[in-house]
Amino acid sequence: MLYVENLSGGYGETDILKEITFEVDKGEMFGVLGPNGSGKTTLLKMISGILGFQQGMVSVKGRPIESYSSKELAKIIAVLPQHSDQGFSYSVKETVSLGRYAHQKGWFQSWSMEDESIVKKVMEQTGITEFQDKNIQSLSGGERQRVFLAQALAQEPDILLLDEPTNHLDLSFQKELLDLLKQWTEERGLTVISIFHDLNLAGLYCDRMLLLEDGVINIQHTPNEVLRQERIQTVYRTTIEKQPHPTVPAPQMVLLPKKSSNKRDGVHVDSSFVTISDERIVLRTPIPLKTMSSGVVGSGTGWHQIFINRHVALDYDCSDYKQEMVQYLKGHGFEPSETVGMMTAVQLKDAALRSYERDGFSIFVIITAGVGNAIDASKSYLHDFQMQSGTINTWIFVNGEMTEEAFIQSMMTATEAKVKVLHDQQVMDKVSGTFATGTSTDSILIAATQTGRKLEFAGTISPLGKLISKAVYECTKEAIQNYEKRKQS
Amino acid sequence: MQRRFIQKRLTNNRILAYLFSITFLTISIILGISVGTVSVPASMIIQIVGHEIFPFLTVDSIDSMYTSIVMDIRLPRVILAGLVGAALAIAGAAFQGLLRNPLADPYTLGVSSGASVGAVITLFFQLSIPFIGSFTLPLLSILFSFITIFLVISFARKIERSMKVETIILTGIIFSSFLGALISLMIALTGDELRQIIGWLLGSVSMRGWEYIKIILPFFIIGSAILLINANELNAMSFGEERAHHLGVNVQQRKLIVLTAGSILTGAAVAVSGTIGFVGLVIPHLTRLLWGPDHKHLLPLSILTGSGFLILADLVARTVISPTELPIGVITALVGAPVFGLILIKRRTERSG
Repeated sequence: MLYVENLSGGYGETDILKEITFEVDKGEMFGVLGPNGSGKTTLLKMISGILGFQQGMVSVKGRPIESYSSKELAKIIAVLPQHSDQGFSYSVKETVSLGRYAHQKGWFQSWSMEDESIVKKVMEQTGITEFQDKNIQSLSGGERQRVFLAQALAQEPDILLLDEPTNHLDLSFQKELLDLLKQWTEERGLTVISIFHDLNLAGLYCDRMLLLEDGVINIQHTPNEVLRQERIQTVYRTTIEKQPHPTVPAPQMVLLPKKSSNKRDGVHVDSSFVTISDERIVLRTPIPLKTMSSGVVGSGTGWHQIFINRHVALDYDCSDYKQEMVQYLKGHGFEPSETVGMMTAVQLKDAALRSYERDGFSIFVIITAGVGNAIDASKSYLHDFQMQSGTINTWIFVNGEMTEEAFIQSMMTATEAKVKVLHDQQVMDKVSGTFATGTSTDSILIAATQTGRKLEFAGTISPLGKLISKAVYECTKEAIQNYEKRKQS
Repeated sequence: MQRRFIQKRLTNNRILAYLFSITFLTISIILGISVGTVSVPASMIIQIVGHEIFPFLTVDSIDSMYTSIVMDIRLPRVILAGLVGAALAIAGAAFQGLLRNPLADPYTLGVSSGASVGAVITLFFQLSIPFIGSFTLPLLSILFSFITIFLVISFARKIERSMKVETIILTGIIFSSFLGALISLMIALTGDELRQIIGWLLGSVSMRGWEYIKIILPFFIIGSAILLINANELNAMSFGEERAHHLGVNVQQRKLIVLTAGSILTGAAVAVSGTIGFVGLVIPHLTRLLWGPDHKHLLPLSILTGSGFLILADLVARTVISPTELPIGVITALVGAPVFGLILIKRRTERSG
């Protein structure tokens, strides 16, 4: 559809773009990225024929763009400007109708039925029909952008060029516009070439991307390849981190602000942060910790600074226990969004908590355990499903910086240690008569301060894994013994 | 239903616009011919003009003095005023559209200054080109306005290849100042011709007769026709040159065509009537305000309103302190300058608000 070969040129003497070569296929959504001054807009101007070039070739549909007349080119390429100032108060419909200019013939350029129906159609598609008689100066930025999109679409182009189309638009309009464009590329084979400032937006919508750096192509590839952490860091000269999008398979880049305070460095989680009452165990940290947990509140991954293990009666029964927990937290002055909350029917006084240290880092664990619902995981199909308050709640606080792998391995290591305790303590699954491996609703929390020593792994043989298995084994054992003792007395 | 209603309303609005403008022009013409030291009733004007067009109609009952007043003095004067007003107004509308600036008018580009220099040189050196004799003044004015606009354009292109509108306006202002200084210099060096030059500079359509109409008419028709054909391009270019380019307008070529047509109109108008300011600014602005910015209608409506306006201005100029005649430029400036100020304030508050 569009072929650019060896393109060099710029304003005046110095070349802004150097030897740019790329190709865009029909129906593609093609992103042009790059830091300020890398030549994105210059490239777009050359493609749209506004700016000449010293060297190279731009061809559209197999013909060099210079061979097209202005009108012919406008029937193939339409441009949506970043923003258009308009000194005169044209109506929306008049503005959109101008998009038909290239299709009109003769000296007096009569307005045909086809022109009229296309203008109506694009106004419908962009949702501006209801204010077609309004003055464009009276519209908001988002509405005006839609009017100019309609104008560009009225040209019935094969290629749509956009220069940061979402600039000046609020979030919902950004999404609306890009969804619409994406839909058109898929349904009508419209080719979209767009400059993006927002890497994440580009990553979400583009099929392929071109990354410019100082007028030279750094890479052109799929978003996942272009948006590599190291590449973006060097090209944009800043620290960012790449993350997967939580719901769609697209890369997302997050900025890493300069760590401004040393506040984090001094934090060392141990028993001094803990208060235990009959009703709940509360651990509050001065800074949010990175967590991965299966709590009732604050589960999954996140950052939290309040950790609560709440005692509930054995007959606690609430269909919407999550909502009830949120209410409970609020009622006691804990902000639910900052909290990881768990429940247990066990007496909280029986909790086992201890710090462990080794090789310049330390962990702190709190475990509450009851084995009333002990289950052998391999035989769990024998049990009826019954939601009951968790009986072994394992909390592990790591004073160190953990990777994602370390978080996951910590959970495995902790679980393995727990299973071993139940085995050694001869805790039985009452239904199957075999050794239990846990209880029906165990919960776990791994929380890390993310300062201090970097802990890459937490497998059983790694330094962190060794510490976790030891701590979990000892504390779970103690907690179960406390539980048994209380039951006997 | 509602859409049909709106469309009908728009069409009605357009018919109304033309009806209104034609009525305004007709009333202006009749008033312009009728009012004066000797009052000529409207019915008599119609009879006299009717007789001139269709000689077989008898006008025995009419005094030949009236015929002479209408046909030799007032009618040519009114027609000339109308043509000058129309030419300035449509040129102004086109320049405003092209420059995307409601404050632009033929004078901003230096076109009229160029025309004035041509005229002043003719008067100063008492030039008379063989064979065309008294036509030397208007022809030199047109020639100089041509030269000026092309100098302005090539100068602007030197500064910036893409010839941004701002660059052209700035260049126009530089040329205007320079040419204005030249005129002042020539006036200072003049002895006896001083009064004539100053009178001419302030603008007048009096005692020009039919020959001047013959001079401006072809230029007016050519210039207006070119602009009317380019109405759609002007619409596109009023969204900015890049935008117009993306819409498929051959910007460089069309810009040149519009500027040429505008300078033909301005040059011819300045040649026959001197510098009459503000018509090219006020009339397009008013027309746009009343009937919308679409050049397909803005240009013809500006012609109608502009000519009516200048006929009335001339009427006021010659009757307000009769028997002394005011230069017509005084009247247009008295009306135009406050309007200019109002536009300026309105734009400023629109931007800040």
